[in-house]
Amino acid sequence: MHTEEGTIPDDYLHYTRQKVMYIAAGIVLVFFLFILAISVGAVAIPPVDVLQTLFGIGASVKWERIIWNIRLPQALAAIIAGVGLAVAGVAMQSILRNPLASPFTLGISSAGAFGAAVSIILLGTGRIQSTVANPVSISNPYLTTIVAFLFCMLATAVILILSHVKGASPEVMILTGVALSSLFSAGVMFLQYFSSDTQLAAVVFWSFGDVGRATWDILPLMAVVVAGATLYFLFNRWNYNAIDAGDETAQGLGVDVARIRIVGMTVAALVSAVIVALLGVIGFVGLVCPHIMRRIVGDDHRFLIPGTAVCGAALLLASDTVARTIVAPYILPVAVITAFMGAPIFIYLLFRGYKR
Amino acid sequence: MMLSVNELKFMYRNKNVLREIGFSIERGQVIAVLGPNGVGKTTLLKCLNRILKPMHGTVMLDEESLLDLGTMDIARRVGYVPQRVETGRLTAFDAVLLGRRPHIGWDVTPHDLAVVDAVFIRLSMGALRLTYIDEMSGGELQKVAIARALVQEPKILLLDEPTSNLDLKNQVDILTTIREVVRDHKIAAIMTMHDLNQALRFADTFIFIKNGTVYIHGDRDIVTPQVIEEVYGLPVMIGELSGVRCVIPGVCKITLERNHAYTPP
Repeated sequence: MHTEEGTIPDDYLHYTRQKVMYIAAGIVLVFFLFILAISVGAVAIPPVDVLQTLFGIGASVKWERIIWNIRLPQALAAIIAGVGLAVAGVAMQSILRNPLASPFTLGISSAGAFGAAVSIILLGTGRIQSTVANPVSISNPYLTTIVAFLFCMLATAVILILSHVKGASPEVMILTGVALSSLFSAGVMFLQYFSSDTQLAAVVFWSFGDVGRATWDILPLMAVVVAGATLYFLFNRWNYNAIDAGDETAQGLGVDVARIRIVGMTVAALVSAVIVALLGVIGFVGLVCPHIMRRIVGDDHRFLIPGTAVCGAALLLASDTVARTIVAPYILPVAVITAFMGAPIFIYLLFRGYKR
Repeated sequence: MMLSVNELKFMYRNKNVLREIGFSIERGQVIAVLGPNGVGKTTLLKCLNRILKPMHGTVMLDEESLLDLGTMDIARRVGYVPQRVETGRLTAFDAVLLGRRPHIGWDVTPHDLAVVDAVFIRLSMGALRLTYIDEMSGGELQKVAIARALVQEPKILLLDEPTSNLDLKNQVDILTTIREVVRDHKIAAIMTMHDLNQALRFADTFIFIKNGTVYIHGDRDIVTPQVIEEVYGLPVMIGELSGVRCVIPGVCKITLERNHAYTPP
């Protein structure tokens, strides 16, 4: 082709630079939210002291315990889970060519909840405590988490095997997910019907996703899985753009659509399963963050994936901060607040339409 | 000889769609693949760049067996414009840049951007560069799809009904563009078409498909009323209008009867 005629157009460079700026602004926002999240709570810690403690400068020993043992892991968990759920959502929306796809469409969260219910009710891993701070607790969190994770992966396996047999068709994947979701929800109801008050409370408690469950033990695992998945999705950003242009166009561009679809779904399901098993069900982030960013940076996955990751971190961090302070001294689980926080923003963006 | 197809066979659910397809084409030609709906024209195109895997047969492009190459290698040699393209919140420039996918490693290079820009200039689409494709008309969108296939820098361009859903002016625009690009860049374009008149005006070579095989293959002299009736099962007339060949369905008698029938009592 006559490439000598072509130059790199300035207006296009300006246009892409603008998108990078939006993402950079998002990262700055997440940083401020991070400091804020650590500084507010039952005990208010001045932001300056937060920074000093985090960077180990100045001897504000009095805050060290609260920051390192409680608030920092919780804030980090919010960021990691937010990024993980959001990128899983954006990848699934492209892979399944469906704007309603999210880690929940595929029944992964219902499967996790069912797994937890099985563990609590049938294996007896739940009980009630009489403390105000933590009225219900899971007596054997490890077993509960493992069983929840196994059921998440079982749901994923069913979807993958079926879609493999059916040639990785997006319709089959979504419909199987919806069917599994109903099946597992019915399973949870069935188990709850025959459970004691205590067990019922424990199951309900488990299903409210809460980043406060994160400890230093599980953070590295979450971080590795989420980082690996995000890198995988970023690496495939051109393939997702190609799939958005239609399966046939993508194949004409040399993209192995069926393989990208199956591997992508596996990765998205794995991230969701890890997060759901460890923190419980946190809805909305995976569905809505991609759409919020589509309206700000457009559908180009080069910008959409990093943008969505930043958005997910910001939404979950902000929601958790609100959840911990809105009815203080009571602490709400973050899952209650995400929709409260996200839905108004989302509806506003839907009204406003796309950014020009 | 640039592309030669031999004994290509494709089955779909135990049904022979393509039984034995063979033809060869030269550089700088526009080839029209003709035949009624469901005869396997689209299937044939998809077999050429292995979107569908033929059961049997070879596709040789300049001494290279296309069907034995990797998907990305095929995409560097063959561009494909499907009948239907999806839109999204993407600028035309980004949508065309996607055509560089087979050449992109981790990220786009200045060279990729320059190639895309050159194609925009070539197709006189400079003004559309930053228009979102979900706000485009059918004609503009088709141009974007063709531009996307061109930035792949292919040797062969496959187009599946490039003018369906376009108005008359856009049809002529698109086909003229394809014609010019094929000539200037010494590539070849194979397109499936329904409009025999457009085919006669813009293609050099014609391939009629019937019963999963090539019924006849050659230049415009093979396009006769007998051939068309054999392939489409419809009698036609071929006449000349200011030196341009035109195909009109039906025979004189039918036309007259029709006119008569529609006359109000």
